[in-house]
Amino acid sequence: MPGVTDIAAHRAIEAIWRIEAARVIGGLARMVHDVGLAEELAQDALVLALEQWPRTGVPPNPGGWLTSTAKHRAIDLLRRRTVYRRKLAEIGRDVEQAAEPDLDVELDDYIGDDLLRLIFIACHPVLSAQARAALALRLLGGLTAQEIARAFLVPEATVAQRIVRAKRTLAAKKIPFELPAPAELPDRLSSVLEVLYLIFNEGYSATGGDDWTRPDLCYEAVRLGRVLAGLMPDEPEVHGLCALMEIQASRLRARRGIDGEPVLLADQDRRLWDRLLIRRGLAGLDRAETLGRPVGPYTLQAAIAACHAGATSTEDTDWERIAALYTVLGHLAPGPVVELNRAVAVGLSAGPAAGLAIVDRIVAANTLTGYAHLPAVRGDLLAKLGRLDEARQEFEHAATLTANSSEQALFRQRAATLTS
Amino acid sequence: MRYIILLTSAQSTSPPPPELMDAIMKLGEDAMKAGALLDTAGLAPSVAGARVELRAGQLTATDGPFTESKELISYALYDVRDRAEAVEWAERFLRLHRDLWPGWEGSADVLKVMGPEDFAPQS
Repeated sequence: MPGVTDIAAHRAIEAIWRIEAARVIGGLARMVHDVGLAEELAQDALVLALEQWPRTGVPPNPGGWLTSTAKHRAIDLLRRRTVYRRKLAEIGRDVEQAAEPDLDVELDDYIGDDLLRLIFIACHPVLSAQARAALALRLLGGLTAQEIARAFLVPEATVAQRIVRAKRTLAAKKIPFELPAPAELPDRLSSVLEVLYLIFNEGYSATGGDDWTRPDLCYEAVRLGRVLAGLMPDEPEVHGLCALMEIQASRLRARRGIDGEPVLLADQDRRLWDRLLIRRGLAGLDRAETLGRPVGPYTLQAAIAACHAGATSTEDTDWERIAALYTVLGHLAPGPVVELNRAVAVGLSAGPAAGLAIVDRIVAANTLTGYAHLPAVRGDLLAKLGRLDEARQEFEHAATLTANSSEQALFRQRAATLTS
Repeated sequence: MRYIILLTSAQSTSPPPPELMDAIMKLGEDAMKAGALLDTAGLAPSVAGARVELRAGQLTATDGPFTESKELISYALYDVRDRAEAVEWAERFLRLHRDLWPGWEGSADVLKVMGPEDFAPQS
């Protein structure tokens, strides 16, 4: 059985791993041209570190140690595997070239690009969104399958399977470890941003289970966003997404009540909002808007979030501006959810009847069937118009449409207050 | 989760070696790129500050320097996944002092900044 000091040492090494994983895997992937293999080699190096470092102490440059150890294992492994003969030749060359006395300098030249390549390949559109999210947390965040499984409330075996399949797909489709060509950059970047926002939202409005939010997952998405913004400082949408996530994350504490129940924006104690995240978010939004390039949906959503962040109450909120921003967003990224949000803003700026007219058009179009917030928004507008029986039915309906138990309770409670 | 790292040391008579300052800048850059470092700054000696105290119902404001032999040197605000990561960044910081400023001694307190996770419902 491991002793107390061993456990402490392991925790320290695992922390180093999470800090260094993406850089180590990125550097290796450039050498072996295979992300899956790179990840396995890096894991092997981690296992060696867990064996050795508790005795020898942590080396001065732990990331460099992990990389060079994995590199040596790569050479050993490839020597043994005849199928990799051709790759051996390539690696042999790369390693010789890389055999500089100062590993750090050599790595530093590539780190940025390697990391960016790793981000793009982990979030490659050839993979499903769920697979991209798992792979990104694994390769970029250094999280274990167990940690990812806990975050997404799925069995560990499912996550492990997703990661294995994703790596296999990347290999089978021969996805190169390269930066996207300029022509494909917009699509590839939006695939990356989509994954980050998916991870964020999984934490922000947990889609299943009893928790309303899982802040750790939000923060991991925010952290990955920050890394990406550092690597691609000229992309407005990267800053826009970071701003959106930071401003939304600023409300994490306020949107959960004492018993874990959800607290909606209108009812939140705004003094609990995280000022640091709001400041950072507003700075990111400013950056996105002043780059002199057209902004996209994330920046617009961040601008909407910023309207809330700057308001002291629902009444004090510039709903007209929010409705206008949703109109622009609806042109850039049309969709019924955007339209539903516009209906809320219109309901608060032009009155509930105007909002309801928009909602009824969405209902008639049948595009959001099964979406719990559609009846919830409709119910809210009906309640404001004094149509309480109809409103109650809408909230009761909404409660049957969500898998999140906290949200169900919120809708039921709202329904219970509506008696004519 | 956020941690603030507060560096404390005896008041030094000599300025830190330039190599140390360079290395600290480099570490800060790395930590920033890793999405971990949110903010950091050095703190001027307490002679430039003041202390406001409440004792037995009496408020007093006294200009620095403070009487303690140790001074707060700097703060760094980190956003990391757990305490072990914050400790790792603090160790990297002190390792630079060990390697580049012989004889220097001090401590880095790693303190958790309360966040939403500290207000989780009791279930």
